[in-house]
Amino acid sequence: MSAWFMFLTFPIMVIRVNTVENVVEWRWKNMLLIGIGSFFLSFVWSYSLKRRDEGTKKAEIGEIEKTPLIQRILKERKIFIPTLIVISVFALVFPFIFSLYQTNIMITGLIYIMLGLGLNIVVGLAGLLDLGYVAFYAVGAYAYALLNYHFGIGFWAALPIGAGLGAFFGILLGFPVLRLRGDYLAIVTLGFGEIIRLILENWNAFSFGPSGIANIPRPSFFGIEFSVYNATIYLYYIMIGLILFTIFVVNRLQDSRIGRAWIALREDEVACQAMGIDKRATKLTAFALGATWAGMAGVIFAAKTTFINPASFTIWESIIILCIVVLGGMGSIIGVITGALVLILLPEYLRAFSEYRMLIFGGILVLMMVFRPGGIISDVRRIYRFEGLENYNQKTP
Amino acid sequence: MEYFLELLLGGLTRGSIYALIALGYTMVYGIIELINFAHGEIYMIGAFTALIVASVLTLQGWNHIAILVIASIAAVIYSSAYGYTAEKLAYKPLRRAPRLSALISAIGVSLFLQNYVLLAQTSDFLPFPSLIPEFKFNKPYEHIISSPEIVILTTTTVVMILLTFLIKFTKIGKAMRATAQDRDMAMLVGVDVDRVISFTFIVGSATAALGGVLIASHVGQINFYIGFIAGIKAFVAAVLGGIGSIPGAVLGSLVLGWTESFFTGYISSDYEDVFAFLFLVFILIFRPAGILGRSETDKV
Repeated sequence: MSAWFMFLTFPIMVIRVNTVENVVEWRWKNMLLIGIGSFFLSFVWSYSLKRRDEGTKKAEIGEIEKTPLIQRILKERKIFIPTLIVISVFALVFPFIFSLYQTNIMITGLIYIMLGLGLNIVVGLAGLLDLGYVAFYAVGAYAYALLNYHFGIGFWAALPIGAGLGAFFGILLGFPVLRLRGDYLAIVTLGFGEIIRLILENWNAFSFGPSGIANIPRPSFFGIEFSVYNATIYLYYIMIGLILFTIFVVNRLQDSRIGRAWIALREDEVACQAMGIDKRATKLTAFALGATWAGMAGVIFAAKTTFINPASFTIWESIIILCIVVLGGMGSIIGVITGALVLILLPEYLRAFSEYRMLIFGGILVLMMVFRPGGIISDVRRIYRFEGLENYNQKTP
Repeated sequence: MEYFLELLLGGLTRGSIYALIALGYTMVYGIIELINFAHGEIYMIGAFTALIVASVLTLQGWNHIAILVIASIAAVIYSSAYGYTAEKLAYKPLRRAPRLSALISAIGVSLFLQNYVLLAQTSDFLPFPSLIPEFKFNKPYEHIISSPEIVILTTTTVVMILLTFLIKFTKIGKAMRATAQDRDMAMLVGVDVDRVISFTFIVGSATAALGGVLIASHVGQINFYIGFIAGIKAFVAAVLGGIGSIPGAVLGSLVLGWTESFFTGYISSDYEDVFAFLFLVFILIFRPAGILGRSETDKV
């Protein structure tokens, strides 16, 4: 194992070529480190894999009733409500305890929570793999920036417009892809995201090209302008409010008629149609509602950074949002929130190893998926049990 | 007319390089239904290995052709090794997990490999030595075709023929087709599915590495990020032709190469990728399973 890795990393880790001066640098020390490192790691790896497999085997036999710790906490009202209170108090006083820098990071985190919850509707609930989600985010951001530039429209007016435009583009994308499924859908949405970005980059007359748009105003409070510091705090609270609104809406949607239609669509398209659910309308609403949130998040993003350019809306952004949803736990609101906070805050606080953070990030994605494929907090499947039989069994042991 | 021919050949070259990468995508997808996001990175590692080996050998004063051959072989070996290892570590433990988990894992591998090369080597563009010997063509053709293009086309054709032979007529090819059709059934009739999957990754990575060497010496520079863009393009090509189908991948790549080449040549180079993607959307609206893909109806 260790020899294999030494062989594997040999050309890239050991040799470095300076093509300008034509000097070859040999770094044998690296090889030694990798050899020793992979020797020990391979034991850890095989041990944890073995434990994981034993765990799944036990679960298959049914030896342990698997309710993860976090799910139990969620169900137990006594623990859940105090935790909720602590978290909300913490969220409320956050900008006053920590510095402006921290608050800014937190706003970014909150924007991603919003994006994650929006994409969760499309991917988590309706099961439509969307790799171009960032397009709607860009639509929202550019809607605010351009409307403000040309017509002086403020943040509060731009927010619903951004959301509406997001929904419009969602339907626009939704129509051609109604017939596609699975990976074809993924690639078309990916293409759609790229088309939007490339248009923004190249259509200079419309979007000012790669140089972007600067001096986008921060949100104002009934016409009162704030200083940078206060505006950031203000934006933080707007964000908290919007997140609560999002959670409320998504939560209600999940149990609504349409939410159940999405879940049915995700589980089995044919059966879903047979049950009389309009597949077209269901898919389109999923795209439109998902995109609405991205549009809103885009407006906020533009207001937060006061400067946008197409470079903020690359495929990687879509992929990171998708990672948030899958890593956090598809379909579960708390999971998505945790996922967003972990994925956005982790790289920020890993700045100590700034060079290695993306490397670690990639590694963590793989490890997470191998050892917890359902995400950090996975959605509980709604189960209806026939209670009578259980009672019967208990009575006659 | 001459311009047209030039674009036609340019598109053909471009398409055949996409094809080399798209093959890996489509083969892996055909067998385990995974969009292997890290495939582009495997190709990038191939190009880097070739660059490093070639530079070392150039300093030793070797002959051009020998360097080309050895560098390509090294690239193929190392890319296959990386593909094999990535499969063993990141995809194999996820064989029974939901498909999206495997996708995220692939994204993780892709990020990891990109940053690994970034850290271990450099973030700058490295000039890639033009290994393919240049020779001039006679007057009417010299603008139309160049020797790297011929080498690329020949290599691609040879690889395609070998691959078709491998899949159609060898035992492992038969096992691959069986696994692609129905993995459980293949297991039941005694196909070592794990071996077949590993083999698929190795073959796919090897063709991607060849593509990497060819395109790098054609374009002349590489950095750690080339894999991502090439990977996306090849993925588009694979889907265009109907993912999972090998002739489809080749056809899709050629169509994509020509689309890009003609649109840039006749309309505008700014919107090259926009056209490529619009074309993809357009094709998929009319043929939702790609050009050569079978459209499957759901069985209840």
